[in-house]
Amino acid sequence: MQADLLQAGIYALSLLALAVPLGWYMARVFTGGVTFLAPVERVILGAAGDGAEQGWKAYAAALLLFNAAGFALLFAILTFQHRLPLNPQGFDGLSWHLALNTAISFVTNTNWQSYGGETTLSHFSQMAGLTTQNFLSAASGMAVAVAVARGFAARQARHLGNFWTDMTRAILYILLPGAIVLAIAFLALGMPQTLLASVDATTLEGAKQTLALGPVASQVAIKQLGTNGGGFFNVNSAHPFENPTAITNLLSMLAILAIPAAFTFTYGRMVGDRRQGRALFVAMGVLLVAAFVALYAAERFGNPLHLAFADPAAGNMEGKEVRFGVIGSVLWAVTTTAASNGSVNAMHDSLTPLGGLVAMLNIQLGEIIYGGVGVGLTGMLLFVILTVFLAGLMVGRTPEYLGKKIEAREVKLAALTLLVMPIGVLVFGALAIATGTAQTSVQDQGPHGLSELIYAYSSATGNNGSAFAGFTANTPFHNTMLGLAMLLGRFGYILPILAIAGSLAGKTPAAATAGTFPTHGPVFVTLLILTILIVGALTFLPVLALGPIAEHVSVLAGRAF
Amino acid sequence: MSKHATAEIGLFEPAILKTAVKQAALKLNPRGLARNPVIFATALVSVLATILTIREGLAGGPTFAIGLQITLWLWFTVLFANFAEAVAEGRGKARADTFRATRSRGRAKLLLDPANRALWENKEVELLEPGDVILVEAGELIPTDGEVIEGVASVNESAITGESAPVIREAGGDRSSVTGGTTLASDWLVIRVTTKPGETFLDRMIAMVEGAKRQKTPNEIALDILLAALTLVFLLVVVTLPFFASWSGTTIPVIYLIALFVTLIPTTIGGLLSAIGIAGMDRLVKANVIAKSGRAVEAAGDIDVLLLDKTGTITFGNRMADAFEPVPDVTERELAEAAWLASLADETPEGKSIVELAVRKFGFSPPSIRDGLVFVPFTAQTRMSGVDLESGGVIRKGASDAIRRLVGGPVNGPLETIVRRIASAGGTPLVVARDGRVLGVVYLKDIVKPGIRERFAELRRMGIRTVMITGDNPLTAASIAAEAGVDDFLAEATPEKKLELIRKEQAEGKLVAMCGDGSNDAPALAQADVGVAMNSGTPAAKEAGNLIDLDSDPTKLIEIVLVGKQLLISRGALTTFSIANDVAKYFAILPALFVAAYPGLGALNVMGLGSPESAILSAIIFNALVIIALIPIALRGVAYRPASAASLLTRNLVIYGLGGLVVPFIGIKAIDLAVNALGLA
Repeated sequence: MQADLLQAGIYALSLLALAVPLGWYMARVFTGGVTFLAPVERVILGAAGDGAEQGWKAYAAALLLFNAAGFALLFAILTFQHRLPLNPQGFDGLSWHLALNTAISFVTNTNWQSYGGETTLSHFSQMAGLTTQNFLSAASGMAVAVAVARGFAARQARHLGNFWTDMTRAILYILLPGAIVLAIAFLALGMPQTLLASVDATTLEGAKQTLALGPVASQVAIKQLGTNGGGFFNVNSAHPFENPTAITNLLSMLAILAIPAAFTFTYGRMVGDRRQGRALFVAMGVLLVAAFVALYAAERFGNPLHLAFADPAAGNMEGKEVRFGVIGSVLWAVTTTAASNGSVNAMHDSLTPLGGLVAMLNIQLGEIIYGGVGVGLTGMLLFVILTVFLAGLMVGRTPEYLGKKIEAREVKLAALTLLVMPIGVLVFGALAIATGTAQTSVQDQGPHGLSELIYAYSSATGNNGSAFAGFTANTPFHNTMLGLAMLLGRFGYILPILAIAGSLAGKTPAAATAGTFPTHGPVFVTLLILTILIVGALTFLPVLALGPIAEHVSVLAGRAF
Repeated sequence: MSKHATAEIGLFEPAILKTAVKQAALKLNPRGLARNPVIFATALVSVLATILTIREGLAGGPTFAIGLQITLWLWFTVLFANFAEAVAEGRGKARADTFRATRSRGRAKLLLDPANRALWENKEVELLEPGDVILVEAGELIPTDGEVIEGVASVNESAITGESAPVIREAGGDRSSVTGGTTLASDWLVIRVTTKPGETFLDRMIAMVEGAKRQKTPNEIALDILLAALTLVFLLVVVTLPFFASWSGTTIPVIYLIALFVTLIPTTIGGLLSAIGIAGMDRLVKANVIAKSGRAVEAAGDIDVLLLDKTGTITFGNRMADAFEPVPDVTERELAEAAWLASLADETPEGKSIVELAVRKFGFSPPSIRDGLVFVPFTAQTRMSGVDLESGGVIRKGASDAIRRLVGGPVNGPLETIVRRIASAGGTPLVVARDGRVLGVVYLKDIVKPGIRERFAELRRMGIRTVMITGDNPLTAASIAAEAGVDDFLAEATPEKKLELIRKEQAEGKLVAMCGDGSNDAPALAQADVGVAMNSGTPAAKEAGNLIDLDSDPTKLIEIVLVGKQLLISRGALTTFSIANDVAKYFAILPALFVAAYPGLGALNVMGLGSPESAILSAIIFNALVIIALIPIALRGVAYRPASAASLLTRNLVIYGLGGLVVPFIGIKAIDLAVNALGLA
């Protein structure tokens, strides 16, 4: 256990050491302070427009347009992959609903996979289709965060920046260099990178085995860095080629949270008050540590029904890679669900019921525990606005954040986003049950089956993309509904926060006085955390009671599902 | 500080409560309910519950008994919310009735020719139009709001302000406005009517306290939106629950789902929201302030900068003698005596204060006969006053240059030093000479009102910066500012400079409040976010301000700020309380709903409630009763003492957040014990 906690500690410290300078660097990038690729930038931006400042509507329109185009292109690639090059295994084109689901999934940075990558997609689809979107969807999220930070910081301005410039800079100066460095490191650590389809190997028993190969390292690098999470292989980072060693495991986990965590510091710098960024980092950190402790305790304690035949000292090893063990899997599970990454190195379906609950709740809180690149920060800011509103009333002043008044319009937009998770998870989930499509897609009945269903819809709405497994999503109904959930979970947050940023940009910030409560102090951070937990708990407690909690009490009573 | 126009109305005045019970039922009118999304939703599902219960009763179903009780309590929830609002309105009405009693219903003397007071005809007060000129004579009620165009009279305004001493109203200047409902104590006035019938101050005040025309304030609208969103979230939670339950092989009676829904949605704050708003207005009226809109009251709570006129607000407005400073070779007593003699007949406040100070310090007794004294009054030409004694002595006091001209001779070094020192300290030096010889200087000083420094410190703790506005030179201003403890000052102020200062502060995103009474204050009053006009001020000032202080007390702003803050805090605290309550309600209801499907979930029944039925019933009863229990807090407002935002937040979070988590656990358990003891479920 000490060794476990040491690992967790090393991870946490490395993350902090990485996030602080990265946050500084990103702030410089987005304020135009990094120019070493300026000529390339000019070429790209020359094609994209005049780089003029955009108001929130123009910014959002550019983002929507760009993502819509990305969706159309990806949809076409996937549907017609059998007519496109680099398809050595001769895979057929995808069905309309699978193509729809997958295209939405990668454009929204969810990377939910209703399919098995190595048995469905051609290299061209993987590289030109998915990997491209891995970059673009991540950069879109970053652009949103940057625009929001500008809006929050602005003084009587109408503009949030230029979407094309922000996108280009995010890719050129952050994602691309980061992915290249990471991919080379992964290569060095034994990850394959080839255009060969597969190799045949003879096992020790003399049997013949086909080992699927492909451009793994390059895709894995950006899948982690951009909180994408879509694996090259179906079992994702549990696959030895996708995660060969303990070092790649640690690097991957760091890559997952690096940009989301750094964004809090970038934000602090961009709004001109680094304490604000630190406060968000701490609030997210507390939630992350709490999730880790809960998940770790659940897995360490294990499943009491296994005590008869499993070594209790090992904890719950069901569904885990022996290479990573409980700690390696738990850390990853917490990280990937907190960050809306969705790559896995252990099967969440096999977590203990309470462990699965933590993973699920991480997503259901709205993917704000660092969350997706860029959008994790903006999702958190929506909670900040609601918290500021409550706190402001309690100190007897019209609530202010960064000196700007939070009024009916901002509250309306932020309150609207409270509906996103309930609609995507509860309404769509109930719809699946009502239509009978849920019952046929789950592997298990009873509370565990419910968890599988709820996890799938949480993952889609939270743009996480990880699967609980045990849920057959590749049906017309689920592909479509999960696709809708992903769209809702992406743009249902992005558009309101951009609108809020647009509205705040026009306001005049007032200097703080003793009458304004500090939004960087421990009291506010505590209130923020409590608001997040209470909103999440009040929304999901009933269904969690029928899912993981019911399973837990049943397991205690000696009944497994 | 403020005089109360009406007697204190008890929290539970039986007459008000009786009317409120009736009103609560009348308020079930859907159009009224629709104004409040949370209570409207509660009423809708109550209707649904009623229908279901009747059906269940006709069919003889098993959940009839419990369903009937739940339905009743659902209706009680709605009625209690209505009741809270009705009580608040009832208190307002009671106050309004006292105002209404003073409203003039008779006839006014309409002058056909404003110049001729003898020629008038009767006109119904209700028909008076702006521009009409009326005559009011001693003992008569001033029928409506207006401006004095001729005459000087003393007016008894006690009906409005509670202040019994009559005030002077006269044509021209800053004391020309009169308020309907006040009585002329002496003389006569010719008044030009300035307001339309039904729009006088009295009418506005009545409308305000009755809450009839109450508009939702910006923060109230924002809160309404948040509460509506939460209601929607819980609607989704509850509506989807049967599907997840069916997955688990259990069905939940719809009546239980309704109970769950109503306990989860923020009925507590939803039910009390309008009562809080009305009660806030009521507190303002009690402080003798009329708000033209609720928005202004809320803005008062947000004030960052407070502009205060020096004279009358910070200082008493008159310079008063503070010390005698003799030149060398003259004793203080000598100087004091000369100054005392010279001021005996001086009726100005300065003169009186010199006499007072001299008597206090040296105990001079008034001379029995003043015959031997010939007083020389102050004139603009001589710029001094004094007394000629029978014995031939000549005493003069005045500005130093005037006295110097009188005594002639070279510049008196020691005198100059004293004069300069007093001037630089912000005081006014009054030089005294006797028989051509300078005795010394009386230090006249702007006396800062006692206690004002503490009030400014209070404001500072609330994060409000005070700025003193004065026509004095910067030197004088600085010294008074330091003494009074204001944060900043604007010296040599003109109306333009005032306006400019307000604009500058507003450009920095600050909310500015100021008070004023003169017509030249009107632009600044209009520009300020919160402009408090003195009731004694000109109609222009009153039109420009968004709050009117009937007591004409400039420090009233501080009380208005407190009322505004308390209004917001009450809403925020009860919202937090309401949401925090849901945790306990889940722990009561969820195990009750699911224990049939998964007996192990009985572990969530941490309160150990008797049975699933009693758990649900107890939760819904608690939910209804808590509204009643919190009515006093809603009406009185959450206790507020000036403190920094951070400490306020901590305090209110502990009381209403933590309290909101804990209280329902205890309350629901207690109700459950009672429900089981009575065998209700």
